[in-house]
Amino acid sequence: MSLSSEEARPRLIQGNEACAEGAVAAGCRFYAGYPITPSSEIAEVLSYRLPAVGGTFIQMEDEIASLGAVIGASLAGVKAMTATSGPGFSLMQEHIGFACMAEVPCVIVNVMRGGPSTGLPTHPSQGDVQQARWGTHGDHPIIALTPWSVRECFQLTVRAFNLSEKYRTPVILLMDEVVGHMRENVLLPEAGSLEVLERVKPNVPPEWYIPYEDTPFGVPPMASFGEGYRYHVTGLTHDVRGFPTLREDEIEPFMDRLFRKIWTHLEDIQSWETHAMEDAEICIVAYGSVARAAKRAVVEARAQGKKVGLLRLVTIWPFCRRALESVLERCTVIIVPEMNLGQISREVKRVVQGRARVLTVSKALGRLLTPREILEPLGEVRT
Amino acid sequence: MNGERRLIYQYLRHDKKFPHVWCPGCGNGIVLGSLIRTVHKLGLSKDEVVLVSGIGCAGRLPVYVDFNTLHTTHGRALTFATGIKLAKPELKVIVIMGDGDATAIGGNHLIHAARRNVDLTAIIVNNNIYGMTGGQSSPTTPHGLRASTSPYGHAEHAFDISRLVEAAGASLVARGTIYHVNLLDKLLEKATQKVGFAVVEVISHCPTHFGKLNLLGGPVDSMRWMSEHAVPVERARKMKAEELQGKFRIGVLVEREMPDYQSEYERVRHRAMEGVPYRIDPQEISKMLESHQIY
Repeated sequence: MSLSSEEARPRLIQGNEACAEGAVAAGCRFYAGYPITPSSEIAEVLSYRLPAVGGTFIQMEDEIASLGAVIGASLAGVKAMTATSGPGFSLMQEHIGFACMAEVPCVIVNVMRGGPSTGLPTHPSQGDVQQARWGTHGDHPIIALTPWSVRECFQLTVRAFNLSEKYRTPVILLMDEVVGHMRENVLLPEAGSLEVLERVKPNVPPEWYIPYEDTPFGVPPMASFGEGYRYHVTGLTHDVRGFPTLREDEIEPFMDRLFRKIWTHLEDIQSWETHAMEDAEICIVAYGSVARAAKRAVVEARAQGKKVGLLRLVTIWPFCRRALESVLERCTVIIVPEMNLGQISREVKRVVQGRARVLTVSKALGRLLTPREILEPLGEVRT
Repeated sequence: MNGERRLIYQYLRHDKKFPHVWCPGCGNGIVLGSLIRTVHKLGLSKDEVVLVSGIGCAGRLPVYVDFNTLHTTHGRALTFATGIKLAKPELKVIVIMGDGDATAIGGNHLIHAARRNVDLTAIIVNNNIYGMTGGQSSPTTPHGLRASTSPYGHAEHAFDISRLVEAAGASLVARGTIYHVNLLDKLLEKATQKVGFAVVEVISHCPTHFGKLNLLGGPVDSMRWMSEHAVPVERARKMKAEELQGKFRIGVLVEREMPDYQSEYERVRHRAMEGVPYRIDPQEISKMLESHQIY
């Protein structure tokens, strides 16, 4: 992105615009998508921005085609992205699985709206959290990030590309309608100040290249089509050369590596933030726009003398178990507010295992939760 | 024959565990042979060819050949191919699909790839049935015939693939058969060289399912049927409609000159890079509307 000194001034922009700018800054040069509210601004900005930097924007016939084209472009060596909302995200699930299986870097933005089905267009929700984790069939690891501000939409889009290229995996940016459409005055980072990662390419001659070979890092170097490394890419379970296999002694190491490349790098992949947690006895675990209301709830609770803190999940998948474990050292009550009927509170309960009381504020009403609603369950708790 | 074997051998993958998955008598091997001869004759390097497929018997074709090969999801091969071609236009992207893959689950992508005129070569092997899953009816199963999911005779009517893609806007539409191999070589050669969306429908057979269910005999019998029913387009032009009844045309059915998607998008990039707002001359607007013909 060209951010000359006169351009480097705060801009009043939407989360969706910040996401699109983040993509350009991360080196994304291919976007394929299908219009859907509340994500369409991402497509509109990129239809304008990408051709100007020599990239490609294409509006496909549906969301299935969109992610197909994105994976194709990535195999040809170009960083690629799509953006959608709930119904489109449902259609993309098969190709998310393909990208996991064939280990093709790509970024999928889902600006969540109320569901199920056509649901509550243009009204916010966090209803796709579990779909992001388990939407595609079969066992697979996934990375998903949840921004809470316009600035973070930019930052996490860049990070999504970096993680995607580094680990050869699809990365899902789970925004919600509030974050996507909210405008904030932000100073976007200077182009040179950003860490932008490129995928690791093979450094051996083509005849030595084994496309899905295990490495100490767990992620095999990736050659692009047309670079002389001719190999086979398939959604079938494959051996180290990429050829389909039904042999147990080839299936097991492949599946093991697919998971290991993520699970052994959790410190790099996971991030979270805490607010007022130093002396907290009650912890609110929140993510996305709900974390903004939760931060306010912390201020209000503290004014009433309640020692409440906030754990904000930035990486939502893989679930930040370590962050929650350290909260459990002090806190006996955990509140999980979310704009769904309890998708992350299930995960919190799974980790807590009865070591603290987990109170849920689960509402899928197509509107943001208020700080008062978040603190409501505390009425029944003696502190 | 020996020379032919040597040529095919040069292009097959030797680290792939053969044998292949196809049944004895399958037409896919004939299509693969023709494709290899085409690539060889055109002097394309193995590195510049990307062979993309979907799911089904034809979908297994790329794994055997030493190109950049991509075996995608069911029906979506053209979407992946579109991404590859737009991201790296210097690659020669060839897509191989079956009739179910291309016209049922992938029908939407087929018509839109044709409408956009993306510079791809699409080979559709039409055997009138889903072979890999056990002989279920496809969008090209003829009305009244049997399939494993049409045990009482097929209630639907079939697509004419070539007419479908012609209407959708393909630059080149050709039809061949696995019997007329020399013609198939020529058609693939022409389609691969064509700039824009080029479709070659290859009439094939499935002796294992379609042939058995409909008492059509073995592979030789169905190839004999092809030789008796196919009429070269040049000859068909001189024939009366009643003479053509029950026959089908083979050869180049449609060829037109249109800018492909890539060259159109290059103009978009050029305008975007100029950095000034794009305005259309009002007179041009009415011309553009008029050129958008609807019958």
